[in-house]
Amino acid sequence: MSGEAKPSTLEAARASLMRSAALKPFEYLVWLPLPLLIFLFPSKAFLLNEIAILALFAVSLDLILGFAGIVSLGHAAFFGAGAYTAGILAANGFGAPLLGLAAGGAAAALLGFATSFFILRGSDLTRLMITLGLQLILLELANRFSGLTGGTDGLYGMTVDPIAGLFSFDLTGQTAWFYSLTVLFAAFLFARRLVHSPFGRSLKAVKGNRRRAAFLGIDTNRRLVAIYTVSAGLAGLAGVLLAQTTQFVSLDVLDFHRSAEVLLVLVIGGTGYLYGGIFGAVIFKLMQDWLSGMTPQYWQFWIGLLLVAIVLVGRERMTGGLGRLAAFLPGRPARRAAKAPAAGGEDAP
Amino acid sequence: MLTILFDGFAYGMLLFILACGLAVTLGLMNFINLAHGAFAMAGGYLTVVLMNRYGVSFYLCLPAAFLVTALAGAVLERTLYVHLYDRNHLDQVLFSIGLVFMAVAAIDFVAGSQQQIIQLPASLRGRFEFFGVSVGVYRLFIIVICGLLTLALQLVSSRTRFGSQLRAAVDDPSVARGLGIRVSAIFAVTFAVGSGLAGLGGALGAEILGLDPTFPLKFMIYFLIVVAVGGTTTITGPFIASIILGVADVAGKYYLPDFGAFVIYTLMVAILIVRPEGLFARSAAR
Repeated sequence: MSGEAKPSTLEAARASLMRSAALKPFEYLVWLPLPLLIFLFPSKAFLLNEIAILALFAVSLDLILGFAGIVSLGHAAFFGAGAYTAGILAANGFGAPLLGLAAGGAAAALLGFATSFFILRGSDLTRLMITLGLQLILLELANRFSGLTGGTDGLYGMTVDPIAGLFSFDLTGQTAWFYSLTVLFAAFLFARRLVHSPFGRSLKAVKGNRRRAAFLGIDTNRRLVAIYTVSAGLAGLAGVLLAQTTQFVSLDVLDFHRSAEVLLVLVIGGTGYLYGGIFGAVIFKLMQDWLSGMTPQYWQFWIGLLLVAIVLVGRERMTGGLGRLAAFLPGRPARRAAKAPAAGGEDAP
Repeated sequence: MLTILFDGFAYGMLLFILACGLAVTLGLMNFINLAHGAFAMAGGYLTVVLMNRYGVSFYLCLPAAFLVTALAGAVLERTLYVHLYDRNHLDQVLFSIGLVFMAVAAIDFVAGSQQQIIQLPASLRGRFEFFGVSVGVYRLFIIVICGLLTLALQLVSSRTRFGSQLRAAVDDPSVARGLGIRVSAIFAVTFAVGSGLAGLGGALGAEILGLDPTFPLKFMIYFLIVVAVGGTTTITGPFIASIILGVADVAGKYYLPDFGAFVIYTLMVAILIVRPEGLFARSAAR
């Protein structure tokens, strides 16, 4: 009898996972009108594009931070790897955007895979240092090989062809916005599917308690390597988008402040439910736009103050409001927020 | 060659004074304080202002830098940091990055973004030959001061009652608390002294390291390397790590100038990959 019951349980489990992975009708209502924003705010096309890119970057970080519990201070390494790959390709006559997208994503994922083995051991501090160190090494390399990357002057001379030979990047920024938004949406769907797969669920177990997850028969190291690689690839896509839509790459893409910024974005939006990165990117960019309009040079101060305030008030309480708002989204951030404090020092083995 | 060793040694000593406070903070309360460099910057700027605007002697500025940053450290510890000891590492990192951003922008606002210059007193300038080694007087001065401080730290931690309480608290805070040691008071004092030392290091290093508003970000990585590589359970660990880092950095910049800081980053990542808990971690030695 049990032999018959088992497949049906499996079916039920699979159906339940698929249900939570699928977009709710409400979410279609949010996503579908987004392309029209450009017609509402034509003067803010550049900002819109930046928001989409930052959102993608933050979603990629959420995959490792919110779902695997890896604290990284060097995620910009992958952003930069993607940006430089696409940039160098475009500067050397391979300007097809989709080719650049594929190549940049693959290069970043490869880098992520290669470096993922370094973050499996040690404490949070060791991981922070290694991720940060790898990013700094990349920065030094990009600076050193200025013949290829343009060094401190930045990479000029990129010619990006029209997308699929049809839509060229124009000065109004419309193509850029549609392009970035499409990539963001596709990547978001992919990430959503991933975290609601059995793989994603086992990853949450690894985050909760690595040793117990291992006792359950989960190969924790392989899970972490896999998610780190995927996350790096998505971060690379974000970098490619920036390079192609602005047609310029500078050492700035590998700078420390970029890694810190994306962490902040994720903290504003909340971790562990994917939408956090998007909400955070919107809030952060609007705020940056507003603050740097007021005090161009010193907006960093307010960002710092915000960070300190968020941490002192408590991230859970701060994002709780957003969480309640999004409580009917899959991933149930409200419940997650309630138990988050208990999951504090999760991965001290 | 020997000159490089000497300069590297001086540089390493300086790094140790700058970073040892961080090592203790991290070892004692398991707190990742990325804002440690901000205290060093505060010490440096205090010295610049006192010397250039009020004409105070450099020798008087050093203790002033120590005292003022120690006081600032104590105040911040009691008001802000104390809320974060039981939070997870992500919160601590975010909080201290926030502090760094604020410090950078505030200094930029008050003093401008340009590099600050300190006019050393005449008695500290110049070089002399010593058995064929060209010795900078100021670097010798740094080595002497930092050497004395290191010795004092070592003596305090190994010979005094406070030192043994501190070591007990580092080893196991809850047991130490159970034995009646006032861990939080010890931590406040240690944090203040660590901040003060950073301030002193910033004042001493303004000439060598350069001083501008991005100082805390630029040198954060160096302090963290010292702590990550040296471990946090001893004083000798970070000390040796500082010296290695100082010599490697100076030698790297001298022999491979094109690669800049590449050498030390690679060295750090390599060490951490082989020994994730640091070179001198006690858990690794067991």
